[in-house]
Parts: sequence; C-alpha cells; structure tokens
Amino acid sequence: MFEVDLLIVGAGPAGLCAALEAGQEGLSVLLVDENAKPGGQLFKQIHKFFGSEMHKAGTRGFRIGENLVREIAECPNITLWLNSVVFSAIDQNHFEVVHNCSVQVINTKKVIVATGAIEKGLVFPGWTLPGVMGAGALQTMININRVRPGNKLLMVGSGNVGLIVSYQFLQAGGESVILVEAANRIGGYGVHASKIRRYGTNIITGCSVESVSGNGKVESAILAKVDDKFQTIKGTQWEEKVDIVAIAAGLYPLMELLRQLGCEFTMCPPLGGWVPVHDERMETSLNGIFIAGDVSGAEEASTAMEEGRLAAWSVTYDLAKCTKNKYESVRIDITKRLEALRSGPYGIARKNAKDSIYAIAKNFSKLR
Amino acid sequence: MRVIAHPILGNINQDNEVTVYVDGKEMRGIEGEPIAAMLAANKIYTHRLTKKRHEPRGIFCAIGRCTDCVMIVDGIPNVRTCVTPLKEGMVIETQHGVGHWGGEKSV
Amino acid sequence: MEENLKTCGVISSDEFKNCKGWPSEERFSKGPVAILECIEEIPCNPCECSCPKGAIYVGHPITNLPTLDESKCVGCKSCIASCPGLAIFVEDHTFSDKEALVSFPFEFIPYPKKGEKVSAVNRKSEVVCPAVVHDIYCTKSNDATMIVTLRVDKEYVHQVRSCKMLGD
Ligand SMILES: Cc1cc2nc3c(=O)[nH]c(=O)nc-3n(C[C@H](O)[C@H](O)[C@H](O)COP(=O)(O)OP(=O)(O)OC[C@H]3O[C@@H](n4cnc5c(N)ncnc54)[C@H](O)[C@@H]3O)c2cc1C
Ligand code: SF4
Ligand code: SF4
Ligand code: FES
Repeated sequence: MFEVDLLIVGAGPAGLCAALEAGQEGLSVLLVDENAKPGGQLFKQIHKFFGSEMHKAGTRGFRIGENLVREIAECPNITLWLNSVVFSAIDQNHFEVVHNCSVQVINTKKVIVATGAIEKGLVFPGWTLPGVMGAGALQTMININRVRPGNKLLMVGSGNVGLIVSYQFLQAGGESVILVEAANRIGGYGVHASKIRRYGTNIITGCSVESVSGNGKVESAILAKVDDKFQTIKGTQWEEKVDIVAIAAGLYPLMELLRQLGCEFTMCPPLGGWVPVHDERMETSLNGIFIAGDVSGAEEASTAMEEGRLAAWSVTYDLAKCTKNKYESVRIDITKRLEALRSGPYGIARKNAKDSIYAIAKNFSKLR
Repeated sequence: MRVIAHPILGNINQDNEVTVYVDGKEMRGIEGEPIAAMLAANKIYTHRLTKKRHEPRGIFCAIGRCTDCVMIVDGIPNVRTCVTPLKEGMVIETQHGVGHWGGEKSV
Repeated sequence: MEENLKTCGVISSDEFKNCKGWPSEERFSKGPVAILECIEEIPCNPCECSCPKGAIYVGHPITNLPTLDESKCVGCKSCIASCPGLAIFVEDHTFSDKEALVSFPFEFIPYPKKGEKVSAVNRKSEVVCPAVVHDIYCTKSNDATMIVTLRVDKEYVHQVRSCKMLGD
C-alpha cells in the first residue's frame, strides 16, 4: 500500500499545476498519468497562448509544459508515475493503479481528478474510413509523432481547435485546407480564422460534410450547404478531393472514475455535456474528491491550470497545511484570474455555466 | 509522410532507425515512436478490419482512447498502436475482427 | 452572405471602423506605425506588455480591445511576434516616393531570403502585387515567429498582409 496526502489522477496542465502547488506547500503528492510523458494535451499545442501576459500568454503551449515538468522534477514531495492507469476507485480514500505491470493500492487523504476530456465524434456515411479522425488526433500526429497522414485536409468545425489545427497542418507542410462550419458564423476567435485565410484556407460557413468515400482510405468528400436547422439544402452538394477529414466538434469530460465513486452530475452544454457538480473550491459532491481542468467542463489549458492550483490550495487548507487567511487570499486571486479568462463574448457562457454548477453544489454541501 | 523539418519544432531526430515487419513486409521506423506513426510514415492507414463487415479502421483519437487502431503486435492482439512504442524487430499484423493470440499465422 | 470576420475570417471595412488599433492617415504619413487588427473582445494582452513605448493599452478586464496610441508608437515591431493571434502589422509609408514597407509575422518554412522576390498576398491569400523581401529576422524572445518586411508599391500597402508560402 502506498500512502500519500494527495493523489492526482492525470498529469495534464491541471494535474501538473495542482501537484506543484500542493507539493510546494509540503503535501506528499502522487501524480499518475497513463501516458509515457506528462503534459496531457499541452505538448501538442505549439501555438502561442492567449490569456494574461502575467500568466504566460504569448508563450507556446509546449514551452509552458516544459517548464511545469521541470519544476515538478525539482520538487521532492511529488512522486510521478507514468505509464500508469488509475483504473478503479475502491472508496474515497483507496484507489487501484496499474503501475510497473502490477496493481498498487493507493491510500490517500484527498484526491484531485484531472483526467481531461475526449473529442466528440460526428456520424456521417464514411466516418469510420481510415483518414477520418479527431482534430486532436491529427494534431498529435503532426506535432508529436511528426507524421502527416495526408496532404489535403477537410476540417469539420470552426471552433478554436478546428482553426488552430488547420493552421498547424499547413505549418507541417500540408498542401491545402477546406474548413466547413454548419452554423452561419465562425465559432472560434476571429484572429485564428484570419490567420488561416491568409494562407489559402477556404472557410465555408453554413456548410457541412454529407459523406466521405474512398478505397481503404479517404479520397473524397461530399459537401453541402445546410439551413438554420443544419438540414442539407437540396441540390447544393459538391465533391472535394481530400485525403484527411478531421472532426473538431468539441470535447466532453472524461469522468469514469467519478462515476465509479458516485459523484453527482449535471447537464451543461456550454461545458461539453454531462459534468460533475462541483463548488467554487473545486470539490465535487463527495467529500475530499476534487476536480480540475477539462474534466470539470471542457475549457482551455489556461483555465485548467488555474483550476488545478485552486483545487490544490483547497486540499492544502482542508488538510490544515495552511492558514485560513492564506487560503482565502490565494483563492480570491485565482478566482479573479479565472473570471478574467471567462469574460468577454467567448467566455461569458462558460462563466454563467460554472456559476449555475456552483449554485447546484451549494445544495449538495448541506448533505455532506 | 514524415514532417522532417518544422518552423516551430525544428528537425526530427531520425538516428535510431529500427527494422520491423508489417504483414510480413520489412519496414523502417524510428525507435520509440508509436507504431501508428511508423505506419503512417509508410503510408499504411488500415490497421484492422471489422469482424462482420470487414471494413477498414485506422487512427481516430491517437491518444489510446478509442481502440480503433488495434493490431496484432508480436502475437498479441488488440494492441493500441497509437500509444505503443516501436521496437527493433517488432512483428505487426493487420487484425481481422477480434484478433487471435499468436497472430494471423496461427489460425 | 456578407463577408466579414465571423462569416469568412476576413475583417470587413465596416468592422474596421470599430478597430481601435488602426492609425490615422496623417500618422501613416509620418513614419512606421503598428496596426492592431484585433476587433473581438478576447482574453488577451501580451501586445500591451511587449511595447517598450507603452503605445498599446488593454488594461482591465483583459478582454478590452487593444488601443493604439499612435503618437507613442515608433514602429519598432517588437509587438508583432508577441501576439498569439498574429494580428499585428507595421506599415511604413515613408520608405520612398513609390514604395512602402509592410511587416508581418511568418511561421512557415522555407523562409524567404532578404532581397528575394516574392508574391505579396492580402487577407484572403490572393496575390496583390510582386514584392521584395526587405528584411527577415527572429529574436530569441520571438520564439520562432519570423518578422518579415516586404517592399511593395505604396498603392497596395494596406492590402498586403503576408507573402505566399514558398513551398507552393
Ligand atoms: C486541438 C486542441 C487545441 C487546443 N488549443 C488550446 C489553446 O490554444 N489554448 C488553451 O488554453 N487550450 C487549448 N486547448 C485545450 C487544452 O489543451 C485543454 O483544455 C487542457 O489540456 C486541459 O487540461 P487537463 O489537464 O484538464 O486535461 P488533459 O490535458 O487532457 O490531461 C489529462 C491527462 O489525464 C490522463 N488520464 C486520464 N485518465 C487517466 C487515468 N484513469 N489514469 C491515469 N491518467 C489518466 C490523460 O492521459 C491525460 O494525460 C486545446 C485543445 C485541443 C484538443
Ligand atoms: S511597433 Fe513598437 S512602438 Fe509601436 S506599438 Fe509595436 S512595440 Fe509599440
Ligand atoms: S496580443 Fe494580439 S490578439 Fe491579443 S489583444 Fe493584442 S492584438 Fe489582440
Ligand atoms: S487511435 Fe484511438 S486508441 Fe489508437
């Protein structure tokens, strides 16, 4: 049995930041990730991040990751287990991890689940054909694995992920990109859209993919104009020769462990669908089970990092490793930064969604 | 196609080349890269065929979540090739349906 | 459908009217100056922090649109690579009688070389005119974002926003 103050599941930006804060405050931390390298989604983000300059905006995502990983290695209170999966929750304090080909039981005082999110699929005839993949998968292939699985890309979805991965496909030497969006407006930031327009990408709003075909691999796609209800407008179909189709239809939280534990969930479309109920301190409906990052609602690495820090400080306070004054001042600072990241026309829906989840959590805390 | 040079990430290190066998054919890859990366670099996109309709499947999530990319590796079926590192001499086979232990030859 | 930032990724002339980062024609006539083509309230402020002259203001909240103080800007180009949106350009209308300079961020290989003839493109990647690479550089803090300066016919300078990728 391995005993720690804090078990953190997932070493993406949320888990890394949580581990650092807690470790630096003197908690013994076990950080577990199923991948061979820490960083979660951060290392494929090769673009410069938005946000506040004070918090690394203007720095490329993978550099932020490199710095975090270096700091983690320097902190003696943090144990990092890679290639290890937390596969079962026995109860709120005991978890089973496959580590070094054997099952280890972890006895922990508190837990932060930072397991991230999964890409949503999109179903159309031909969607299972090799060459159709998630936009994040394409990003992993070109930026991490350094192979480009084709030359002519059809990107489906114009959120920031769709726009950014299109740009990165061109940076990886891709020949051309067509980007379609069913809504009549581009979903992501205008500046990202402008970037890819300058280099030849055709962005078509009010348009969707009807089917994809090819012999063993994507060779062409049928596109069509769609109406306000996303129904195909008859007679508007046309064919484009493409060899990769990437789907950027959003992400939803990866909550298996939280389900096993019996956390409460609520439906919240702006954050990706079903999300775990949690309060402003990042605690779920279960005592001592905290969450941070995309698993608490799919947002961004910048918010994931702040939530990780917040969860870590809540745990630190609950374990009586810092004073109430210290905790309150840190919590207020982080909350302000999160509010700044969730402001403006792109952030407000997420801010309201979070507020409504916190409101639901108020009722649960009475039951605890 | 390998992305050898890159404006942000620089050049890749191709020093540690290994030889592997894909459905009996000899192929080159880079040690430690995911099996799926070696396959894409060699323009192989079908990893398995589905059980009933024999439809091809390839990479979908590239992070070990969807199991679309599983193949028979050194005789072990259902290996997620997008997260399994490549090693010298690996024997990689297209998986038919749920796959067989010992690889296709053993059937 | 009307062509604008949200329907096709290109800022329309209407939308430019609300842009707080577009200098006056008078300022353009005096020498190099930055243009901030940033018209949406996104949480972002590295441009503000990158300017050594304090010519860019975002303030709080950080979703405020960046405002250019054209009297403070000296056209030094320090802000270009700081912008994650790649939305900052510098134009110099005083280069010569006929030609103007336009600088932009560039993140594709191969890089154009100084003195090389290239095709200047507009916001929709259409070739607008031939151009000569006047300068290209990258500092360590730019982290791989090249700053390219093209020499173009004055008439087209407001349209030119990049050069055609050389791989094509
Ligand atoms: C294409 C794309 C572009 C993006 N661009 C930006 C951007 O420009 N700016 C920005 O701020 N954000 C961006 N994001 C979003 C950002 O990457 C995510 O919001 C962020 O990575 C979430 O962090 P996280 O720590 O919550 O999860 P993740 O980064 O997903 O990390 C979760 C980790 O947990 C591990 N894990 C899961 N379950 C287990 C288990 N049971 N046991 C062990 N380990 C487990 C996973 O393997 C993973 O490593 C982008 C996302 C995508 C897909
Ligand atoms: S060009 Fe120089 S002076 Fe002008 S806004 Fe940019 S950084 Fe400031
Ligand atoms: S850095 Fe760029 S995208 Fe961010 S506010 Fe400034 S001009 Fe806009
Ligand atoms: S592609 Fe999804 S598990 Fe490998």
